[in-house]
Amino acid sequence: MGPRRLELTLDHCVSYPASNSTKLCVSGVNKTFRRDGKSVHVLEDIDLTVREGEFVCILGPSGCGKSTLLNIVGGFTTATSGRVEIDGEPVRGPDPRRIFVFQERGVFPWLTVEGNISFGLFKLPKHERERRVSHYVHMVGLKGFEQSYPHELSGGMKQRLEVARALAVNPDMLFLDEPFGALDSITRLLMRGELLRIWQAERKTILFVTHDIDESVQLADRVVVMSARPATIRTIIDIDIPHPRELSSRRYLELRDGLLDEIGLAHKV
Amino acid sequence: MRNSSKLLPLGVFAALTLAWHAAVVSSEQRLLPTPWEVVLGIAELAQRGLLIKYVVASLFRVTWGFAVAALLAIPFGLFLGWYRRGEAAVNPFLQILRPISPLAWIPISILWFGVGDGAAIYLIFLASFLPLAVTAMNAGRNVLDVHLNAGRNFGLSQTQLILRVLYPSVLPQLIVGLRITLGIAWLVVVAAEMIAVNSGLGFLIVDARNAGNRYDLVVAGMLMIGLIGLLLDAGMRSLANLKILRWGRAASS
Repeated sequence: MGPRRLELTLDHCVSYPASNSTKLCVSGVNKTFRRDGKSVHVLEDIDLTVREGEFVCILGPSGCGKSTLLNIVGGFTTATSGRVEIDGEPVRGPDPRRIFVFQERGVFPWLTVEGNISFGLFKLPKHERERRVSHYVHMVGLKGFEQSYPHELSGGMKQRLEVARALAVNPDMLFLDEPFGALDSITRLLMRGELLRIWQAERKTILFVTHDIDESVQLADRVVVMSARPATIRTIIDIDIPHPRELSSRRYLELRDGLLDEIGLAHKV
Repeated sequence: MRNSSKLLPLGVFAALTLAWHAAVVSSEQRLLPTPWEVVLGIAELAQRGLLIKYVVASLFRVTWGFAVAALLAIPFGLFLGWYRRGEAAVNPFLQILRPISPLAWIPISILWFGVGDGAAIYLIFLASFLPLAVTAMNAGRNVLDVHLNAGRNFGLSQTQLILRVLYPSVLPQLIVGLRITLGIAWLVVVAAEMIAVNSGLGFLIVDARNAGNRYDLVVAGMLMIGLIGLLLDAGMRSLANLKILRWGRAASS
């Protein structure tokens, strides 16, 4: 175990000591999958710190491994090497304090809107469960649909339902994996506005994976730009525009163009 | 609209019955009894107390064979689908057994259970077990990872995960499988009764022919098999509806 000592001295979580506001610390994370006898190196030396209440977008090309990183942080996959700590504790598995939001197919089709939202509330007394369900039904604009089944809802409504199900257990972190990817562009824009409104009201720490540059500039406090496989962090860009963000302001366009350059895309179609 | 959709099948039924009657009456050889003779045959069976007795005997065998198969095959299949390595290990074996007609097991079931109810029930069990196990295995495998991950994420224990995610996910597929398999079991009971026992609707058909070529009773037996099969299927279908309603209620409580 020779290299272990060396690793410790380079530990991201130690060399940038966790202040009170540090929520998540990822240090030296590598991930290698073995597939059909071949090993695929997906993540390489990922170091990342996320502050409490921060909205961080992980931006990268499709299939680069950003979802794998989110799955490791969420506790669904283990890293091949490296450390992941939340609130100073190593992540050992999924935890109700940190809810993962999948694309809209994550809602349970056999439960109504109400049943879905109260899914994670089984430890609470009945009146508290009802209070939260009605609060979040209202918050995500599903009033009047409490008894509807997911197949009776539109894609955008299902996505809001899944966000409501996640928020109802009052987590302190949300992990969103391209949550709006399957929605049409108009609904997507509306959903971003709603997510920001909810984030400003509830102040969760949000880790949001996307391959959409505009989405990341509209939403994030910071954008983590990842390279193609094996994914490394190319750069982290601060989005220093206050909300609500003007989508045609000079600063917005500057930041967006900067990200386009960073990813290596031309500014023309 | 509703009336005409009920009237049409009734009309077709009446027309076919009339055509059957006309064909039998107009032909020289008596290849079939007339519909009326079949009705009289059913009345005769009822009068002799055989109708109820044979129907009950057949239903008794199907119920036992089918119920035992369902109790064993569904957990077995779900387990295999759930633990995918188990499926990989057992699946080839199941796929070899599957194309073997349950009727091919008749000699072995008689050897093991003797002539009697045991052999017939065992045949129905065999005929039901494999389709149910395969259905349950597929249903277990088709449970979406996102649903399992969401369940784990909300802090469900393994038991809760089975009750609150696996069970509702597989139920619709299982009910379809149960319905199809009950149809198969009902087909097999007739064959089993022709060989292994001396009661039941299958026995009635063989016995009526052997004891004096009573083809009116043969067709009466066939008609009863058809009618009861229809009722069983309708029963399974209403069970499917009930289950869906129960989910709705459970979800809102």
